[in-house]
Amino acid sequence: MQQQSFDALCAYLKRTSGLILDQSKQYLIESRVLPIVKREKLGGLADLVLILERGQNQSLAKEVVEAMTINETYFFRDRNPFDKFRDVVLPKLISARQSERSIRVWCAAASTGQEPYSLAMILDEMAHKMPGWRVELVATDLAEPQLTKARAAVYTQFEVQRGLSTAHLLRYFTQQGDTWQAIDALRSKVQFRQLNLLSDYASLGRFDVIFCRNVLIYFDVATKSDILKRMARILAPDGALFLGASESVIGLGTDFAPDTEHRAFHTRGGVGAALGQPIKTPVIGTAAAPVGGLAARPILPTPAAQSPLGSRIATR
Amino acid sequence: MKQILVVDDSPVVRKIARRILTDMEFDVAEAEDGSEALRYCSEKMPDAILLDWDMPIMDGLEFLQAFRKLPDGKSPKVVFCTAQNHQNSIMRAMTAGADEYIMKPFDEMILRDKLEQVGLV
Ligand SMILES: C[S@@+](CC[C@H](N)C(=O)[O-])C[C@H]1O[C@@H](n2cnc3c(N)ncnc32)[C@H](O)[C@@H]1O
Repeated sequence: MQQQSFDALCAYLKRTSGLILDQSKQYLIESRVLPIVKREKLGGLADLVLILERGQNQSLAKEVVEAMTINETYFFRDRNPFDKFRDVVLPKLISARQSERSIRVWCAAASTGQEPYSLAMILDEMAHKMPGWRVELVATDLAEPQLTKARAAVYTQFEVQRGLSTAHLLRYFTQQGDTWQAIDALRSKVQFRQLNLLSDYASLGRFDVIFCRNVLIYFDVATKSDILKRMARILAPDGALFLGASESVIGLGTDFAPDTEHRAFHTRGGVGAALGQPIKTPVIGTAAAPVGGLAARPILPTPAAQSPLGSRIATR
Repeated sequence: MKQILVVDDSPVVRKIARRILTDMEFDVAEAEDGSEALRYCSEKMPDAILLDWDMPIMDGLEFLQAFRKLPDGKSPKVVFCTAQNHQNSIMRAMTAGADEYIMKPFDEMILRDKLEQVGLV
């Protein structure tokens, strides 16, 4: 592969989606972008880069960006952040929001949906503590194919066994042949939207919790800092930000500081103690966002399976 | 060191499970059907059981039902690991007292994850 074209493609990706690709990601280009070059019957990567830079073929540009985003994810990934969300953050928010009776959560790199649905299961299990509350879960991602899968909520047998307990599987999914689909009551708790983290968040409104996990790693320091600064603006003063296990806010400005007690999330401006303090959050009009409020209502256990016996892949 | 009993009529599955579980620092014992497993458990109670469903002589579900009636049979964690992957089968197993359920084919990550789910790692 020509170094020049590789560099040009990297520069293009950084500019349009913030993605940072170093030499070690060259294989990604070979396995994901070269097939596009071939299909479009282009002479090589250089031709593709030219087309992208001219900005005349938006659908092709979109496809290339989406091919380069890494979308690995599992249910309850790393478990601890979800435990802390359920056992620390949510209880404190529930007592701090007794008058507003509203909680809004943003999952900012939702990928194929495992993360927002994990949060939806937790919110559902805690729904009895929030009777009649407005509970909103907004899930966004840059990549349309990931969002399509997330909305459909259909997962392979492998996917539903990564991170998901059997109790959760039986309660929130139904089997369809070889795959499992989240039940409507769970799907309806998540509002999926396409959003580039490099763009403006103002239309999303204000949040109490932000999950932004395993996506900052693909950005450079300036982009990370900028994203954190803008997230701080739409996070409640006593809200919590959850990052990926290998991500931190060190060296990325002073908008967030790690919560030293729980070591699972970050709070705004180092006010670790703010969580739970009766700070009066201004009631925010959820800016123009047509995000219909969802009442916190528990999902009923799924009725017995109706799906026919799926073809079995045995390894016995 | 925690002991885990792998109950499966397939020597291949037992071998794969043994390799992964030994890496995870379990003391691994094996049985090739439910009745052999039940005999083993009435002499020496393991901390956990990885249990196949379809086996000759005594299948996994029959084993589980008998096992939970043993004097010390309530506390060990039982994780099914089977190609019986219909939702109804899973529900039956969980109702009969299984702690977790793995649908074959599985991989190392799934096995680790499920053992973590039940608090064994
Ligand atoms: C590795 S996944 C993380 C999924 C999930 N948060 C988790 O931790 O399991 C990264 C996701 O970030 C998305 N992404 C990459 N660049 C983005 C951008 N500029 N704006 C929004 N999402 C982006 C990708 O499409 C991908 O779905």
